[in-house]
Amino acid sequence: MTATARTAPVEGDELPPLEIQVTRTLIVAGALATRDFQDVHHDGDAARGKGSPDIFMNILTTNGLVGRYVTAWAGPHARLRKVAIRLGAPNYPGDTMTLTGRVTAVRGPDAGEPDRGVPGGTEGGAVEIAVRGANSLGNHVTGTVLLTLPEPQEGAES
Amino acid sequence: MSEDGSAQHPEEGSHDELYESLRAYEGRTAATAKPGKDPVNEPMIRHWCEAMGHPVPPDGTAPATMLQVWTMAGLGAAHMTDQPYGPYGAYGASGDGQAGGGRGSGYVALLEALDDAGYTSVVATDCEQEYARPLRPGDTVTFDSVIESVSPRKTTKLGTGYFVTTRMDLRTGGEPVGSHRFRILKYRPAHAHTRSTTGENAATTGENVATTGGGSTGNATTGNGTTGIATTGDATTESATTGPGSAGKGGGAREPRRPRPVVNRDNAGFWEGVSAHKLLVQRCDDCGTPRFPWLPGCNACGSADWSAFEAAGRGTVYSYVVMHHPAFPAFDPPYAVALVELEEGVRIVSNITGVACEKVRIGMPVELEFLRVDDELELPVFRGAGAA
Repeated sequence: MTATARTAPVEGDELPPLEIQVTRTLIVAGALATRDFQDVHHDGDAARGKGSPDIFMNILTTNGLVGRYVTAWAGPHARLRKVAIRLGAPNYPGDTMTLTGRVTAVRGPDAGEPDRGVPGGTEGGAVEIAVRGANSLGNHVTGTVLLTLPEPQEGAES
Repeated sequence: MSEDGSAQHPEEGSHDELYESLRAYEGRTAATAKPGKDPVNEPMIRHWCEAMGHPVPPDGTAPATMLQVWTMAGLGAAHMTDQPYGPYGAYGASGDGQAGGGRGSGYVALLEALDDAGYTSVVATDCEQEYARPLRPGDTVTFDSVIESVSPRKTTKLGTGYFVTTRMDLRTGGEPVGSHRFRILKYRPAHAHTRSTTGENAATTGENVATTGGGSTGNATTGNGTTGIATTGDATTESATTGPGSAGKGGGAREPRRPRPVVNRDNAGFWEGVSAHKLLVQRCDDCGTPRFPWLPGCNACGSADWSAFEAAGRGTVYSYVVMHHPAFPAFDPPYAVALVELEEGVRIVSNITGVACEKVRIGMPVELEFLRVDDELELPVFRGAGAA
């Protein structure tokens, strides 16, 4: 269905899938960029010693990739309000993770959900998206993203 | 799962003293108004974006999902404790000399208690972030962290352990900017990988954390643990994964083997019977009540005196379940796990052989036979009626 959020998204819209090559470089770079120095994310021998067949992606990188995925669809001026993810099958080097998403709810402007009394900006509608990232072992990540679109909708160029 | 020498479970049993002590940490503060190591800054934002393949936000703000980065302790803290440099190791509690720490307090003390009990591995399972407003270069983040909850001991495909949930609230200049709830599993590895098994075992550990939410994966319905016989395929239950004789034996690490039974003084007679192809049941010397699985005392009268007798080997399926998922090493789903009621009046959990698992029915007559699993393990199983 709708490939981008250029037009107002409606419930049921599918986000275009995004394939991510889970390279060793991505795992290590993501771990270090998130300042996560747990050895299982960069040291293969240490990972095996702890029962894992190889190093695996850390949750903060997964979180960042989910943010990247929905931002690419919603545009750089959308504002993330909430990202809640649960991990399943690990992302090991050499695998491919395919991110998919579907709009599960749309609220109009001033629906007032996300702010929880915290100062925010002016914005358009709120969009809830169910996200899934699957690799060869199953679902690496499932989660929900809540974001608000800018008002008026503009700049959804990506 | 246990052939690589996973440790024993000294706290085995219904009363989990470790859990009771861990629960004392619930609600404890792990950090108060702790400052982040660095103010929000452009280089860290850019490095993060490069790693993620994420465009740098055009307004110069930090990507929202970068939130926790501003609270991380970094590698330097590794010199202070052996656990603090991941998101699990909570900078906020690491006692690294900054405000709010104190090594003996809060999160690090909790993790150390788990380490000391043998739950040395950690994996993150859940991350829930809310963002009140974007962070900009120059913002200085402070955070409060609290241990929200500790789960009872759970058994997962990765191993047995405890889920620990923390919540962190981030502020700049006293103003809330976001929150972060984080759940980890601190666990005792079910088995360690060696290089030679890396490839083929990848899939067997693959879904590990996917099963963690459910803990024991529903196999409680099989009555596993009541018999001491590891025939149910639930390789993740405590009773099935431990036991003398399981550690380091066999050498056949490439080929997953069924879990070894736990043989102890109370049930050794039963396993001696199995090796002689006899299914032995206890009977109370005082009141005559038969009992199974083997126990030191009588459930009916409390007497410690008993004798063993050989069951005839005939019974019926009292209840059953067909295992489709999850797949455990050395088991080939689908297969039937049944609670068989013997003519003698006791029940035993076992497998049904000779009948397709979808043909197994409650009330089906079954007959004892012995299954040679491998060169060290033989198990009593039950052949369904009508099977050749």
